[in-house]
Amino acid sequence: MSSTRQFLDKLHPHFVKGAKFEKLYPVYEMVDTFLYSPSDVTSGATHVRDAIDLKRVMTYVWIAALPCMFMALLNTGYQANLAMETLGLQEVPGWRGWIVNLFGHNPYNPLSDIVHGAMFFFPVYIVTLVAGGIWEVLFAVVRKHDVNEGFFVSSILFALTLPPSTPLWMVALGISFGVVIGKEVFGGTGKNFLNPALTGRAFLYFAYPAAMSGDAVWTAVDGFAGATALGHAAIGGVTAVREAGISWWATFIGFEKGSLGETSTLACLLGAAFLIYTRIANWRIMAGVLVGMIATATLFNVVGSSSDAMYAMPWYWHLTLGGFAFGTVYMATDPVSAAHTNAGRWAFGALVGFMTVLIRVVNPAFPEGIMLAILFSNIFAPLIDYVVIKINIAKRVKRYA
Amino acid sequence: MEAYINLFIKSVFIENMALSFFLGMCTFIAVSKKIETAVGLGIAVVIVQTLTVPANNLIYTYLLKENALTWAGVQDVDLSFIALMACIGVIAAIVQILEMVLDRFFPALYNALGIFLPLITVNCAILAGSLFMIERDYNFSESVVYGVGSGFGWALAITAMAGVREKLKYSDVPPGLRGLGITFITAGLMALGFMAFSGIQL
Repeated sequence: MSSTRQFLDKLHPHFVKGAKFEKLYPVYEMVDTFLYSPSDVTSGATHVRDAIDLKRVMTYVWIAALPCMFMALLNTGYQANLAMETLGLQEVPGWRGWIVNLFGHNPYNPLSDIVHGAMFFFPVYIVTLVAGGIWEVLFAVVRKHDVNEGFFVSSILFALTLPPSTPLWMVALGISFGVVIGKEVFGGTGKNFLNPALTGRAFLYFAYPAAMSGDAVWTAVDGFAGATALGHAAIGGVTAVREAGISWWATFIGFEKGSLGETSTLACLLGAAFLIYTRIANWRIMAGVLVGMIATATLFNVVGSSSDAMYAMPWYWHLTLGGFAFGTVYMATDPVSAAHTNAGRWAFGALVGFMTVLIRVVNPAFPEGIMLAILFSNIFAPLIDYVVIKINIAKRVKRYA
Repeated sequence: MEAYINLFIKSVFIENMALSFFLGMCTFIAVSKKIETAVGLGIAVVIVQTLTVPANNLIYTYLLKENALTWAGVQDVDLSFIALMACIGVIAAIVQILEMVLDRFFPALYNALGIFLPLITVNCAILAGSLFMIERDYNFSESVVYGVGSGFGWALAITAMAGVREKLKYSDVPPGLRGLGITFITAGLMALGFMAFSGIQL
């Protein structure tokens, strides 16, 4: 037995019922189950046996997000270094500069890109973990439920959806809203009906539009303004994206301006492959989103418009621009807030895809649509399940009547 | 034709009665515990809205509007100040008549709708439909489309709400928020989702 295990076991009596730190048991439990697999097994009546548990599910999603995290570091740094080159800046100001300046800011040196990106990504991620974690533990202690690994996933996904230059207090506010209003008021992981990470993101989006949209927030350099590829597209369609010097391959691999982790379709595809292979995420939802998106984009292509260039944008551009891939792979597949029946998953996914393209093309207020499309579909997910179940019941009644 | 489709989409999604204007909240929150009843109430609202908005449109255009009574030979009369009262009266009367008709000819539907029909008399989404119609100067055919659309949008919202609330039966809401509290939060979060449509120009 390892010394950590012995140490934890020694502490255990202090946290049991009636002991001095009884109230802090969830914290003890959190540390214990984070380090070791809990020994509890289901007892009593018949029960489905499976090696999978919530901890493994959540850890796998986190692992699946690793490619996006890597691209977040690389691309954020690359964009920032590129912007510094354009502006002719030699030094990064403030505390970030202490480290970044050691590695230089050559956009074509991956190491200096990653260091520069890390100085923006990790503060956001750490603030997310700390601010959200405080709420999570607070609720766990007061409401006597376990601190859940679900937050582990919400926090990384939330951090990856933010623009690189988001002020850190806003990050804390957003994740607080997401955790408390999006999840904890309903009783914690598995009991909410909206995706908590997206709830927090949407809250920030509507509360502080200046810091969440526009041209100035996508590069982590003060005083540099540059539209995202999708921002270009909203004005002049694919032609405008090409004119801005952004090729399809750049948007596919992820070297474009955008939120921290959303830019790379390739990284999201790697994550998707992992999630589908391990059967953590349901492929029906992803396929549904893709089908819905392709159908709607093609429909708009056929309908056409003389004034709006977005109508003509083909589906493979919709796929790589903005956060479509990220939302499809990591957000829409949230098992809690998506539909729960197999047929319902297709319908749910198709609704997400349809709404995404609809918002991108028809709604001039928002260039990106996947966030609101997923939240909108989350609202209708229970209804979709209800209809699927009703149809199923009707079918069976007919079959056995 | 395109204008009517646009008006319909606008009244269902962009200017959703329940989730953009927060109208008809009392019934929206009180009768959204089960999907079946929510659908029943939704259908009732669609029917009543489809009848009252055009009816009020006719009454407003031919009786109340400035110089509306010219056809009767009465000049320079402006009765629009009683439009509010007239709308309320018309809604109450139509709901009452509808109830009697359903009771006499469609007892099954009457029983299914039950208490919801009289409840609709005091649903502010219904009154708002008529008042928006007056404010926006819809003509008769537009008022029909708007009536159907706004009713349908409200019905859609309450059905989705009932779906979410049925799902939330399995949740573990803190004691202080159980019941109305969490329902209000749910409605607010749903409105966040419906923000997807805000800004669409049709």
